[in-house]
Amino acid sequence: MATLEAPTHENTMTPEKNKKGRRGGRDDGRLRTPAWLYAVMVAGLFLVVIPFIWMVVSSVKPNAELRQVPPTLLPEGITFSHYEALFTDLDFPQFFLNSAIVSLGTMVGNMIFCSMLGYALAKLQFPGRRIMFALVVGTLMVPGVVTFVPLFVLTTNLGLTNTLPAMILPFMAGPFGVFLMRQFILSIPDELIQAARVDGAGELRIFARVVLPLCGPALATLGVLTFLSSWNNFLWPLVVATSEDKYTLPVALALYAVGQNATDYGLLIAGAVVVVLPVLAVFLVLQRHIMQGVASTGIK
Amino acid sequence: MSSTHAPHPSRETGEKQDAGLDLPRATGSRTPPQPPTRSRTLRHPFGGRSNDPTARSQAVAAWILAVPFMAVFLVFTAGPVLASLGMSFTDIRSTDVRNPLSVQFVGLENYTRLLGDELFRKVALNTLLYLLLGVPLTLGVAMAVAVGLNRVTRFKGFFRVGFYLPVVTSIVAVSVVWKYLLRENGGLLNSALELVGLPGQAWLDSTHLALPSLVVMAVWRNFGTMTVIFLAALQSVPTEVLEAAESDGASAWSRFRHVTVPMLRPTILFGAVITGIGYLQFFEEAFVMTSGGPLDSTRSISFYTYDQFGFGNYGLAAAASYLLFLAIVLLTMLQFRLLRSKD
Repeated sequence: MATLEAPTHENTMTPEKNKKGRRGGRDDGRLRTPAWLYAVMVAGLFLVVIPFIWMVVSSVKPNAELRQVPPTLLPEGITFSHYEALFTDLDFPQFFLNSAIVSLGTMVGNMIFCSMLGYALAKLQFPGRRIMFALVVGTLMVPGVVTFVPLFVLTTNLGLTNTLPAMILPFMAGPFGVFLMRQFILSIPDELIQAARVDGAGELRIFARVVLPLCGPALATLGVLTFLSSWNNFLWPLVVATSEDKYTLPVALALYAVGQNATDYGLLIAGAVVVVLPVLAVFLVLQRHIMQGVASTGIK
Repeated sequence: MSSTHAPHPSRETGEKQDAGLDLPRATGSRTPPQPPTRSRTLRHPFGGRSNDPTARSQAVAAWILAVPFMAVFLVFTAGPVLASLGMSFTDIRSTDVRNPLSVQFVGLENYTRLLGDELFRKVALNTLLYLLLGVPLTLGVAMAVAVGLNRVTRFKGFFRVGFYLPVVTSIVAVSVVWKYLLRENGGLLNSALELVGLPGQAWLDSTHLALPSLVVMAVWRNFGTMTVIFLAALQSVPTEVLEAAESDGASAWSRFRHVTVPMLRPTILFGAVITGIGYLQFFEEAFVMTSGGPLDSTRSISFYTYDQFGFGNYGLAAAASYLLFLAIVLLTMLQFRLLRSKD
């Protein structure tokens, strides 16, 4: 039954519920969604999105209105001066560019490396396979702070301190990605690969021409998740970026928020909008891939 | 859990598979090629793999595919994990980085120094509080929302996306917004409380309230992940069992408590582990919203490690990070024991 194969598809679930509702008259009352539940869900959703609404509303209020007690719910005077200040007082285009380069680099690296190793671990027999898998999965539990001191020493000795590659390289080969790709490739039938072998295709050719084209959905999930986690990554870029021209968006925003100008709420909140909105847009477009990935692996 | 999740509800037959074999289709095409379901249509004499003549070329190919990942992984992840352990037994400081020979082996001195340090004990206690408050709250909210979502038939996707929104946002950015929302004078929360006649609080400036306030924000940021995971698990609970319980006269609550929850035990365990690991590493929220204050009441172990790193005490920072790692391993083992024991 299709519904068992893909429990995360909401559209495949609905028919099953209807079918069940038809089974007996007694069940009907219980299975129809009560109206109060919708009311509760809408209220809950409103509570959850308040910070986003407040963020956007506040970012266009003039400074005087921002300090007003009690605060105005809707902006009385609309200004875009905070956004302008991001470009004039701070170098936000540079931070934005840095964030984009680091996130895209991390994303592409993971998509290439993890699908390669994921395929080898899922479908190929070779000496060292079990050890490799254990080693990679074993690092899943290691907290980020454990590696950053040696990583800092390493990047210093490689001469990479305060460069963008230093922010990409340590995250280019993530264990989560290997796990995700391996799980997905395991579901591809062995017969397909055997058939390609019979047709005389080399092993690497099979990977590139047979397996990889089937990995579209998993690669999309992996790509979105690694992009998001890199875009939002904070601790390591904070450690390794020492001059302003190498700051990523979260680093710039955080250092500005705890610095001497921390009371300039307008600028800070406009900055938060610039950090959050592109990510929300990407998420809304690609949310199906993210939901599937999260439901199957627990990656955020 | 992943075993219940096949990437495609594909009902394609043999013809489609042959098309997939001919390939190569453009990878950028709008409809991604579907991995065919397991079927008996493709049978080949080389189906068995024991004495496969391609074994050697398979091994060579596997290593070619594995080397790029493993090289980066060993240098930038596995290597540093071990190096950090080594450093934690030395007196390495920022001044020794370019001159590693001057570093002395000091045994367990960093660890004993940490355990004797009053500030470290305080941040360890704070981290424990983050864990004990954060995990049950996050799982509880996530479960409540998931149960609600599971009953909703319309706009289900819309609700699910909405509740997930906070997860994808930058912690730093939302911390900036929450700091503004929670401020004492003119913050949205205090203004709302005043409206209903309740006194406003110094949410982030009180040594008692600052840590719980950060936890609430963290729950808001994190519960969406567990909601999606719980929802997937709830949908796999067989309705026959629930209906049988109902015809035996079980109330909605007792059906949830005695049928759904036991069936979700592995998922709840998994959720407790990954959520717990997250709270043990608490850092960004405190960094942006309170800078660890007031009076270190929100400083965590990760924050302490970052501070020691900033002071140049690399050996001490490495030791602190390893104590955190140890805590994560112990917590994971404990949770497996606690939640498995009822089987």
